[in-house]
Amino acid sequence: MQKKISNHPFNGTPEQAAKLEAVINANKHDKSLLMAVMQEAQGIYGYLPYEVQKMIADGMDVPIEKVFGVSTFYAQFSLTPKGEYNISICLGTACYVKGAGIIFDKFAEKLGIGADECTADGKFSLTACRCIGACGLAPVLTVNEEVYGRLTGADVDTILAKYQ
Amino acid sequence: MIKTVAELNTLREQVLQTIALRDAEKLASVKCDYKRNVLVCGGTGCTSSNSLKIVEALKREIAANGIENEVKVVTTGCFGLCALGPIMIVYPEGSFYSMVNVDDIPEIVKEHFVNGNVVTRLLYDETVGEGGKIKSLNETDFYRKQIRVALRNCGVIDPEDINEYVARDGYQALAKCLTELTPDQVIQIVSDSGLRGRGGGGFPTGRKWALCAPNKADQKYVVCNADEGDPGAFMDRSVLEGDPHCLIEAMAIAGYAVGATQGYVYVRAEYPIAVTRLQKAIESARENGLLGKNIFGTGFDFDMDIRLGAGAFVCGEETALMTSIEGNRGEPRPRPPFPAVKGLFGKPTVENNVETFANVPQIILKGAEWFASMGTPTAKGTKVFALGGKIKHTGLVEIPMGTTLREIVEEIGGGVPNGKSFKAAQAGGPSGGCIPASLIDTPVDYDNLTAVGCMIGSGGLIVMDEDTCMVDMAKFFLEFTVDESCGKCTPCRVGIKRLLEILDKITQGKGTLEDIDRMEELCNYIKANSLCGLGQTAPNPVLSTLRFFRDEYVAHVVDKKCPAGVCKSLLNFVIDKDKCIGCGMCAKNCPADAISRTDYIAPGHKLASFEINTEKCIKCGACLDSCKKIKAISKK
Repeated sequence: MQKKISNHPFNGTPEQAAKLEAVINANKHDKSLLMAVMQEAQGIYGYLPYEVQKMIADGMDVPIEKVFGVSTFYAQFSLTPKGEYNISICLGTACYVKGAGIIFDKFAEKLGIGADECTADGKFSLTACRCIGACGLAPVLTVNEEVYGRLTGADVDTILAKYQ
Repeated sequence: MIKTVAELNTLREQVLQTIALRDAEKLASVKCDYKRNVLVCGGTGCTSSNSLKIVEALKREIAANGIENEVKVVTTGCFGLCALGPIMIVYPEGSFYSMVNVDDIPEIVKEHFVNGNVVTRLLYDETVGEGGKIKSLNETDFYRKQIRVALRNCGVIDPEDINEYVARDGYQALAKCLTELTPDQVIQIVSDSGLRGRGGGGFPTGRKWALCAPNKADQKYVVCNADEGDPGAFMDRSVLEGDPHCLIEAMAIAGYAVGATQGYVYVRAEYPIAVTRLQKAIESARENGLLGKNIFGTGFDFDMDIRLGAGAFVCGEETALMTSIEGNRGEPRPRPPFPAVKGLFGKPTVENNVETFANVPQIILKGAEWFASMGTPTAKGTKVFALGGKIKHTGLVEIPMGTTLREIVEEIGGGVPNGKSFKAAQAGGPSGGCIPASLIDTPVDYDNLTAVGCMIGSGGLIVMDEDTCMVDMAKFFLEFTVDESCGKCTPCRVGIKRLLEILDKITQGKGTLEDIDRMEELCNYIKANSLCGLGQTAPNPVLSTLRFFRDEYVAHVVDKKCPAGVCKSLLNFVIDKDKCIGCGMCAKNCPADAISRTDYIAPGHKLASFEINTEKCIKCGACLDSCKKIKAISKK
């Protein structure tokens, strides 16, 4: 799957850079921990823009091509910033047969964005995620950490209204 | 700190009272520290429906009633019956409260815990017999046929408390291996039990260990595959969340058997609760001397670490998983060399999945014969299935191998809801296939499913009813595998992409009969030539639906119809002009301005009816939703 790459300007803070440096220093003895460092970096910045990947490459002493190779390989690494509220809709099989695809389309239509995109005001982003294992509640979505289950088409508006 | 087996046994005696209430046999001989134990499910399903708020409310109300010393609240792993979450069980009565609401807690605490009267109204209705008599959970359809081996502690103990695991004979199997058995004997027991890999391949576990053990190296590894990627399968997550120490113990046993001192668990990052609990369990095992140097004073060293996946399905393939642990793109490697010879970091490695490991301690304690007495001639023991889709009791069930699909779907699963009929069950996720209604009496085990072009996979079982279009389903799985193909080998990267394009064409109504033949040919080519399991099995959903539901493909291609009414391009929305009352709600909700009023007024109606311009219609279904009461709009 081709990754969307953000063209938002990078605006990291010195605090974030210091945090990342600490993470790198704690892990640079073992190059197999590259993914773990990238996961922490995504936790710090919310996504992995080129600038952050470059810092990781330099700090861990691995080629930037390798970091970029890893960041574009795994679905969890995002090269685009997430919205303030990230709506992540489970499109696993159990959710899909219960109509999660329709729910996804409704969100996409209401927000005017597609998968892995963020609204212009930075408020909402939309993700189609893999099975989160809450199949008993299918169809399921999460808004940041909050879980919503047993969804119907009517829930789309109520959920969006809650975060407006 | 537990330094010897004797100390482990002493600890077990000391902590037995903490769990005795939950075990009728032990209750007779042990004096308990509490009058009641309330077990609340803290698995992902129930947590998502707010079970942690229930725990808070319980603690608050129990404190308010001053019975903290009588009632203990325990957050456990998954009970299995996820459809009824949040779930809680009260022992010693065994009262099973389902779909618990925070508002019900004061009543339950007051009436049940203080006054001693079970609140029958809030119990799971199947546990309430005639005249309000309460039945045990094991008498309900969902639990009756289950035998819990891998899940034996899930929903019974507090996964974050090592003492509760020890009380349930935890770490006894490791103690037995280290003090009474040689590594070869351990491997022999596992071989004799007939345990086969539960992650999909079904390779005999004992043979896997035996292949690794003789290889000499300065370092060997035990790897646990907890990258449970099949959508709709969540048994490994449940073990990690509900019984993490069981996995630690089993991996240490594997380490002893093959001569490895370091283990890695590769877990999906999508399972945050599982990761936290496993991390805590590893730390407390270390603190207690059950991981680390010189375990039980036998000179055996073993330690383990967690590595997080990052959302790549292919990493569930054993060589790709190892590449990923090494910090690379998770691309598979050609075999041979097999991991047993050259695996993680180029060293001999044993890799099993979570459920496989979870069986091991019980096999060591109860013996190979006990395990082999369950199941079918070629598939021993039990298997955990995750029931999902169009079924009443979604959740996790552990049943002997060889249970028929009918028993699973109709008895345990409670059948298909809303009066619809069973069409097929999809097993094995994107690598598997479907079992049609005509084969519902198939006993489920590795070989029987393979024989019908399906596979047991990791045990996800998605039930489909008459509203599911099999062509669309095949397309759904192909979209998944196209997305997840790592791109290393051409048959998979290009082949399944072309396959998806043909399927897409068919669901658009633009397919031809030649396309169906071409698809079959392509499927067989991809199966034969792909590098790893992902590509080799990716065509299965197509081949399997073609085998059992060819007529549906033909309907899409020849009649340009989708019999299940799913494929949008082949659907038309129509308004029954005689039913339409002319309210105009559909036209108001139509995003495409495709609905307009006609001049026809049906007999008995006051307003003229509406009609849909099929050229303009985008088939979103908004009109259908807006006409739910009158039901004048239908898909054709």
